Amino acid sequence: MDFFLEVLIGGLLAGVMYSMVAIGFVLIFKASGVFNFAQGSMVLFAALTFVSLLERGFAFWSAFAATLASMLVLAWAIERGVLRHLVNRPPITLFMATLGVSFIIEGLAQLLWGAQVHGLDLGIKDEPLELGGVLLSSFDLFAAGTAAALVLALSLLFSRTRIGLSLRAVADDPLAALAVGVRLQRIWGVVWAVAGFVSLIAGLLWGARLGVQFSLSLVVLKALPVLIIGGFSSIGGAIVGGLIVGASEKLAEVYIGPLIGDGLENWFPYVLALLFLLVRPAGLFGERAIERV
Amino acid sequence: MTASRFSPRRLAAAFSLGLALASGAAFAANEQYFPLQSYRVGPYAAGGTGFFGGFIDYMQLINARDGGVNGVKLTWSECETEYVVEKGVECYERLKKGLNGAPAAATNPLSVGIAYATLERSTADKIPLITINHGRTDSTDGSVFPYVFPLQLNPYSEVSAIVNYIGQQAGGLDKLKGKKIVTLYHGSPYGKETIPILDILAKKYGFSVTHIEVPHPGTEQQSQWLNIRRIKPEWVILRGWGVMNPVALKTAAKTGFPADHVIGNIWSNSEDDAAPAGDAAKGFISITTHPAGTDFPVLKDIDKQVVKAGKGNLQDPKRFGNVYYNLGVVNGILNVEAVRIAQAKFGKRPLSGEEVRWGFEHLNIDNKRLQELGAVGLVQNLKLSCADHEGGGAVRFQQWDGTRWKVISDWVQADRALLRPIIEKSAAAYAKEKGITPRNCAKES
Repeated sequence: MDFFLEVLIGGLLAGVMYSMVAIGFVLIFKASGVFNFAQGSMVLFAALTFVSLLERGFAFWSAFAATLASMLVLAWAIERGVLRHLVNRPPITLFMATLGVSFIIEGLAQLLWGAQVHGLDLGIKDEPLELGGVLLSSFDLFAAGTAAALVLALSLLFSRTRIGLSLRAVADDPLAALAVGVRLQRIWGVVWAVAGFVSLIAGLLWGARLGVQFSLSLVVLKALPVLIIGGFSSIGGAIVGGLIVGASEKLAEVYIGPLIGDGLENWFPYVLALLFLLVRPAGLFGERAIERV
Repeated sequence: MTASRFSPRRLAAAFSLGLALASGAAFAANEQYFPLQSYRVGPYAAGGTGFFGGFIDYMQLINARDGGVNGVKLTWSECETEYVVEKGVECYERLKKGLNGAPAAATNPLSVGIAYATLERSTADKIPLITINHGRTDSTDGSVFPYVFPLQLNPYSEVSAIVNYIGQQAGGLDKLKGKKIVTLYHGSPYGKETIPILDILAKKYGFSVTHIEVPHPGTEQQSQWLNIRRIKPEWVILRGWGVMNPVALKTAAKTGFPADHVIGNIWSNSEDDAAPAGDAAKGFISITTHPAGTDFPVLKDIDKQVVKAGKGNLQDPKRFGNVYYNLGVVNGILNVEAVRIAQAKFGKRPLSGEEVRWGFEHLNIDNKRLQELGAVGLVQNLKLSCADHEGGGAVRFQQWDGTRWKVISDWVQADRALLRPIIEKSAAAYAKEKGITPRNCAKES
């Protein structure tokens, strides 16, 4: 039973890490309907910039501030340079544009900071922690706490601020929001900037976990089933989806893997996501599209 | 319009261009070309920049210090593969014809996927395919694979040497009986290559082995390490690649498995595999055929003649002498030696791939030659033949102290006598499948 609990809790905590990346997707999709495939590259860019600045002698918080500034500039450039010119284009056009942006960011990051692999120490010990006979990771607990704080902060931003109100209005009905004077492009700019901030947090946590290297952008593949299950437009859904994906992939690997062969951790979440698509296409918390016919 | 096309001025320009090309071709006629399917961008760029940096710097040293190989200058050009197989094949096709008249000596893609994809082409085009420390194990049998060279160490030798080392630590191979070993392998053909031989070794020595797969790219390993914790093995053999390695070490620490009982294979042995794991990597052991360091005379020569002259290939000079860089230097030494040996037979001129292949097959690097090359301790003794395209089969063990690798063992030899029949059987099956008539190595000179 202890082993089962270890696998389950370990999976849930890993799922929170997936949610961190998924939240970035949700923010942009919610406000602009764009599925931002460049989210993984933004995570990589943030982590690489941060660690490169640290290695060049910047103090932790100076590096954090400078990286945040660079993420804001990047977000602004994407919104101004690419997406603004593609307003009212079909979703597939916007998706392809973010796919292109993703490759550009990766190339740019490599050009700026080189191809080396970097270690990133956030000062959080990752020693095994045994609670009631169940082994837990102190780093994963810290990551889960950070994710909770992030979700709380985003909830406050959306529910208690003027900009949040505008954002919700845009998410509900962009045309109506425009009609009552909400500046759509300003909202998009803000959302991309917030997504940049989320990328930075995710980049630091994932970078500390994996090392800062180009595989970081591949974490995007872990976020996709999370989004399908949780829904593309709900931050809460991203968290719940992450928990489901994390727990189910670990349990499947440990208990089903020996029966049908190892290595199913990568594809099992997609099986689950497909099942959700068949039963609940909008995901657990996504908004169902209602169209008058 | 027609008149202007053939104006005297244009004709004079064309004549000058022709002269320039002719003189260029004459110059190129005394050059030996190395086509480089390199990868300097993408997720595996750290390995690519180090390896190809070391390889190029060694060739630069030969040109600068010795004026080339017996007067034949070495030349090269790069084609970016990003470690993608299709691009690797495209690069092979683009570069195989040589450069400005200089013939291609050998290809060195440093990628299992690209090597597999170009294996038959290399044989058809008669250009040696060098897979130093990796590649198909059965390509060791040169009677079936005349143009493929898994120099120094094939995957079977690698795990055999690791088991021998574990036996040494236990007080003898007979003490392995009843012990438990887990192999944590990358979910790819490369990762799976050694499963059969480990099973054979387990049966022979009486230890139990559990193979646990980590799906590519290996960013999540919690369930695998919890399984390992449940199995409670004495040793874990890490057969990783890229990001899988630091994640393995971090997750091992997270689940309480000691790093000094994790043994990394040849693609888990660089600074880039250990350093990102931080404190979790302290004590981690891995094999090496080419220790890191800058104290070897050949490295000092490169530093003096190439790096300090501002011609070093590395973007970051701090990586000079690291594991990937030194592997590139070793690869350079072996390629250049093959050309030198072939020149002794065929003449001091640029050689065809077929002639260079003869050179590889007659590589014989003993202590005396290593001394002359300034590579004692960097390269192992190596003797190749028609039947044996590996040549060495020995490794040393190194341990990560938190900042760098320290060599902790002498050369540990693989059990090549045990492996040879398995290799021959596999090569014979390949020959049968492809309709290849194996060469009679007894008749080869």
